[in-house]
Amino acid sequence: MTVSNELNLPKPWIEGRFEENVITTTVEQAINWARQSSIWPMTFGLACCAIEMMAAGASRYDMDRFGAGAFRATPRQADLMIVAGTVTYKMASRVRRLYNLMPDPKFVIAMGACTVGGGPYFKWGYHVVKGVDLVVPVDVYVPGCPPRPEALLEGLMRIQDKIRGHKIHVQKGTNIKIPDELPLPHHSGYVDAPADQDPLLDHQKITG
Amino acid sequence: MAQDLLSRLKGKFGDSITGANTENMDPWIEVAPEAIVEVSKYLSTEPDLKFDMLNCISGVDYLHTDEKKAKKVDWEPHTQVVYHLSSISNKHTLVLKVILPRWKDGKEGQLPEVPSVAGVWRTADWHEREVYDLNGIFFTGHPNLRRILCPEDWVGHPLRKDYEQPLEYHGIRGR
Ligand code: SF4
Repeated sequence: MTVSNELNLPKPWIEGRFEENVITTTVEQAINWARQSSIWPMTFGLACCAIEMMAAGASRYDMDRFGAGAFRATPRQADLMIVAGTVTYKMASRVRRLYNLMPDPKFVIAMGACTVGGGPYFKWGYHVVKGVDLVVPVDVYVPGCPPRPEALLEGLMRIQDKIRGHKIHVQKGTNIKIPDELPLPHHSGYVDAPADQDPLLDHQKITG
Repeated sequence: MAQDLLSRLKGKFGDSITGANTENMDPWIEVAPEAIVEVSKYLSTEPDLKFDMLNCISGVDYLHTDEKKAKKVDWEPHTQVVYHLSSISNKHTLVLKVILPRWKDGKEGQLPEVPSVAGVWRTADWHEREVYDLNGIFFTGHPNLRRILCPEDWVGHPLRKDYEQPLEYHGIRGR
């Protein structure tokens, strides 16, 4: 007698009803499982937090256990951007560009107090973006200065949860896809600076 | 050594040496802005001095934005450029100071000027760019005086005491 019968739980619809060599699942689950087990992060360290990200990738914490150990040096091959470190205004446009270069589906972890909301530079950091969510949409925030590798792994697992909840079907009777994408943050106000013109010199509103 | 050097420089450059402190652990000599290149050349080439290394150039902004604090101090608002020199072959060090007004001719927004020593020590090139970027001191005769740390279209000089932080930069909210 199986445990589920003992507890009177409903039996799964099809799983486990065949012999051992037959595995049944749904396409959605199979795709999500493959996706969550091969999140390739982008090599992307901006400041001290990057050291902790490297530690998380090295043998002691071994991010590869979760399938996320293959750090790619190009955004084209990456699914996950771990923004590890202080984002300055000068860097913000590059972060945004790299994010745009990544193929969908893409995920962002804001690692460390700096990327969550300015961190130690919140008050006097004249050049620090007060949170990377002002530049790119963030899926998971990992606070800490720097966060321990365990915290980053926890953040990674939350990303995996998110992927597991991904729906590929549409709503019953309609053509509407079930939304599971993170909306762009409403205050993401980055505007492209014209590359072929003189720099704008009056764009900063100075407080009186 | 500092005392000898001071009298030697005073003999050679006269009124261009405007002050000194030889009692300090780091003795310093104050030079008039117009004479800084001449003095630097002399210090770096004279065989028994041979200050062949410029450790750093610092910009210092003397200003209290708080009125209460401003009353308590005995200096007027000004800026300083401080040059730390070493001689590797002769194993001695020296500090030069140039004192400048915070704004040229007292007009707000006009950067104070000092001649560049990039022709004497190559390393001064980037140091002076940094001081220009963060402290707003214009080095005349510098080969390539652009901002080095802040973006090129940045407004203001962030390490000045009366600097106001930007509210936004390229549409990114600042505060
Ligand atoms: S959060 Fe702390 S450790 Fe991380 S980049 Fe900022 S200052 Fe460095």
